[in-house]
Order: sequence, then C-alpha cells, then structure tokens
Amino acid sequence: MRHLLSAADLDRDAAVGLLDTAERMAATQEREMKKLPTLRGRTVVNLFFEDSTRTRISFETAAKRLSADVINFAARGSSLSKGESLKDTALTLQAMGADAVVIRHQASGAPYRLAHAGWLASAVVNAGDGTHQHPTQALLDAFTLRRHLVAAGDAGLGRDLAGLHVAIVGDVLHSRVARSNVDLLHTLGARVTLVAPPTLLPVGVEAWACATSYHLDEVIAEGRPDAIMMLRVQRERMGAGVPANGAPVATGFFPSPLEYTRAYGLDARRLAMLPEHAIVMHPGPMNRGLEISADAADSPRAVIVEQVANGVAIRMAVLYRLLAGEREAF
Amino acid sequence: MAHATDDARPDRSADAEVLSTEVLTAGDISRALTRIAHEVLERNKGAADLVVLGIPTRGLPLARRLAQRIADVEGVDADRLAGSLDVTMYRDDLRRHPTRPIGRTELPDGRDDLDDAVVVLVDDVLFSGRTIRAALDAVADLGRPRLVQLAVLVDRGHRELPIRADYVGKNLPTALGESVRVRLVEVDGEDGVRIERPAPAAGQGGAR
Repeated sequence: MRHLLSAADLDRDAAVGLLDTAERMAATQEREMKKLPTLRGRTVVNLFFEDSTRTRISFETAAKRLSADVINFAARGSSLSKGESLKDTALTLQAMGADAVVIRHQASGAPYRLAHAGWLASAVVNAGDGTHQHPTQALLDAFTLRRHLVAAGDAGLGRDLAGLHVAIVGDVLHSRVARSNVDLLHTLGARVTLVAPPTLLPVGVEAWACATSYHLDEVIAEGRPDAIMMLRVQRERMGAGVPANGAPVATGFFPSPLEYTRAYGLDARRLAMLPEHAIVMHPGPMNRGLEISADAADSPRAVIVEQVANGVAIRMAVLYRLLAGEREAF
Repeated sequence: MAHATDDARPDRSADAEVLSTEVLTAGDISRALTRIAHEVLERNKGAADLVVLGIPTRGLPLARRLAQRIADVEGVDADRLAGSLDVTMYRDDLRRHPTRPIGRTELPDGRDDLDDAVVVLVDDVLFSGRTIRAALDAVADLGRPRLVQLAVLVDRGHRELPIRADYVGKNLPTALGESVRVRLVEVDGEDGVRIERPAPAAGQGGAR
C-alpha cells in the first residue's frame, strides 16, 4: 500500500489489518504517555482546499502522536488563494521533503491526480475529495461498528463485519462518506441499505453493492438494521444560499426542511423502533433538528463522539501502514 | 536478524539445504526457566514489586511460564506478575522491513504503570540487542521502574549495542550465517531450540 485514495482499493485483508492496527493504536491512547516515537523525523503535510475541522485536527493529532512533524496548508491565507495550481503546490511540497500528503479537495479525483501525476514522491492520503471518497471516515466507521457489534479489543482482531446490516440515511447524492462506506462495508461482509428521497440518490446507484429505499420507517421496521448512520444534509452543495444565521432553507432537492425531517430525520420515535442493540452514527458535523434530533444525538446509543476518538486511532494506523515500513517502489 | 521474522522450518527433511542441530530440548528449556525463576527471586530478595514482561512473539509464553514458576515458589498470583510489552513502534529498523504487525502491551493485573516496579524483560533470543534497546524505550513510556533486568532463553552473541542479559538460559556461540530457531508449545506446538546453518553445497546442487 503506497497511497490511500479510495475505500474501494482495500481488499478484506488490508482493511481488517488496518482495523487491527487501529485497535493497538487505540490501546496506546489510553495511556498517560500517548506519544510514540514511530514516525520521528517524518513530515506529514495537511493540504486542505476545503474547510474541515475534525478531519484536519484528527490527522494532525494522529501524526503528532506518532512523533511526525505536521505542516498545515489551508487554502485560505496561502498562495493557494492566489490561484496557484495543484501541480505547483505539489512541487513545492516535494521540495520541502514531505513524506505524506493528506489532501482534502472539492474536486473529485484531485488526490488521485496528486498521487499519480509524478509531481510528488510522497504517500498521498485522501481526506475527502468532492463527492467521491473519504476512506479514513469509512475505516473509522467500520472500526466503530466492529467494536460495538462484533467484539472490542483483542477479541475483535482479525474479524470482519459479516452478517451486519447498516442503514445509511440522508443526502447520499453529495456524500463521499456514503460512497466510501458502501465500498468498505461490502468488502467487510456487511449489508448496506441506502435510504434517501429519490432526489438525493445519485444516478447509477443500482450498480452499487447495496440496497436502496425511499422509506425510512419501512427499513427500520422490516430491515432491523444493527446500525443507522445519519448523513449530513449538505446544504452548501445544494446550490441554495445558506443564510448568515445558518437556518435551514428549502432547496431544489426537497420541499422544506420540516418535510425532510418528518420523512428522513432520526427522532425519538424512530430511535425507539430500532432493535435494542442498534447504534446511531453520524460522521459530523450534525445539523441538529434536521437529519437528527437532539434526543437521538444525545441518546446512550449514539456513538458519535466515540467515532471522533476512533478517527485518531484509524489515522494513526493508516500513517503507520504508509510510512513506517520500507518504501515501496513507485 | 532474520531469525526473528522467518517462519520456522519443521525439520531438515523439509529443506535438504539446511543443517539443523537441536541444542535445547523441552526438558532443557523447562529446567532453565526453573533455574532463572530462582535466580530472579534470589537476586531481588522475593517477588515484591516484580513485573515480568514478555516481548512478543515468543518472549510472551516464556514470560508467562517464568511468572508461573515464580508464583509457585512465592505463593503469589501469576496474573499479578506477568504482562506483555510490544516494542514494534520503538524499533530503529522499521524502514528496513515491510510494515510489521503491532503486538499487544498489557501490564499485569492491578497495575496501571511501571512506577517503582522491578521489571524483568523476557525474550527468546538475545542477538544484536536492538530489540532490548527498543524495549527500554517502551518501558520508559509506561513509567519509571526502580530496576530493569533482562532474561533470555538463548544468548547467541554478536551484540551491536552495550546491552547484556542478567539471566541466561544458555549461552550459544554462533556464526553470523547461522540462525537460532526457538519453538514453543504455545506458538509452534512443541518445545525446542535448534541451530540452523546452510549446508555446504558439495555435490547437492543437482539434487532438486
């Protein structure tokens, strides 16, 4: 493994291997001394063309816990906002000797271009590109699922997610999280059902390795999912301007926020309908009151905060896998 | 250093080009561990504050056996003595190998750190000393022990660092071209230590 660009690139063994490594990393994060010397002297560049708080901080924390040096490159306030091309940025990073570049970009495929254009010798990690992929999010979701629904700690080592049913609900159209999760959860043996209004399911979704439905109540009652993952309604990608106060507004994709919430939001009633053991997930940031109610977000079955902690362990595992071994030829 | 990562070969018959000599039998290993258990207790005047940490893979079952023997003599609980210490993330040769899987670090029952403990590190073969250097760093991240000692089943020489063992099962002078294979019931299904060396090529070249 030289780069991590897409969850679809991981086969079962590679994915389970990353989850196992993350389990070890998570154990080190419970110690008083959390820092490991493993990547001392290595440089990780966070190249973020799109706003992000938790993913950037998560990668930064992961790299620092492994003793790598971290350089944060944000589009705002750098020469990127003066119109520098991706290529020139890449050449600059190459000259600075970056060992890994973590990139988030609004254009689908930008990480692939960066990894394969020959501008850079570093490992490239996709931290979200357009509506394409967000592989570390899928890995941390799979890790969270394994810990809660298969087995935690050593008992979970080597295990995949065979037999689990996961419902992914909401704005699938704009969601790289949904795409990555469909790929990875399928590879790991879980069954995925996407639930969304027809306007928020992409063209060609029939070809994906998952089932689809327009009816959330039906899926919860009949599908008995082991986990329900609520997606954020990505208003910034829906074309309608978001007012300064951030209040929900109608877009072309659904008639009104209230109607969306009624049909696809996770509230106390639907939470009670879920099987006893089912967990509630959300990749964040949440629109409370739109796709998820406060009752659901704050319930003991919500593992949303834990997903954030697991994100650090997964990103440590990915950086370890990409940077700690001998360099693979490219 | 290949001895630590290569898969153990069952016997010389499996590969005609390797000569293999048994140097420790199951009984030898058992007697060596019993002796070391008594030496540890004698030198440290009992089992107070003692923590026996095995280094994966084969140091782990050795540490458990050693802790059990110490526990039998002193009448304490072996689970409160034995633990494991993974050193993978502290190694200085990570970049010379494909990515290594990470083992488990676990302190004995009832301990959160190694502050003021008497730590006995346990490994199967002492060779370059680099694993032990990594282990010392790993120990330091878990607290400040009062004392750290080292017990190994086999010392094969060829040190690259100023490190020595406090307790040795057997000193085994070896050539660099030879490899020492430790096999333990818990990992390999049987106990035994063999030295393997490439057979002289005389007349065997066309045999395959």
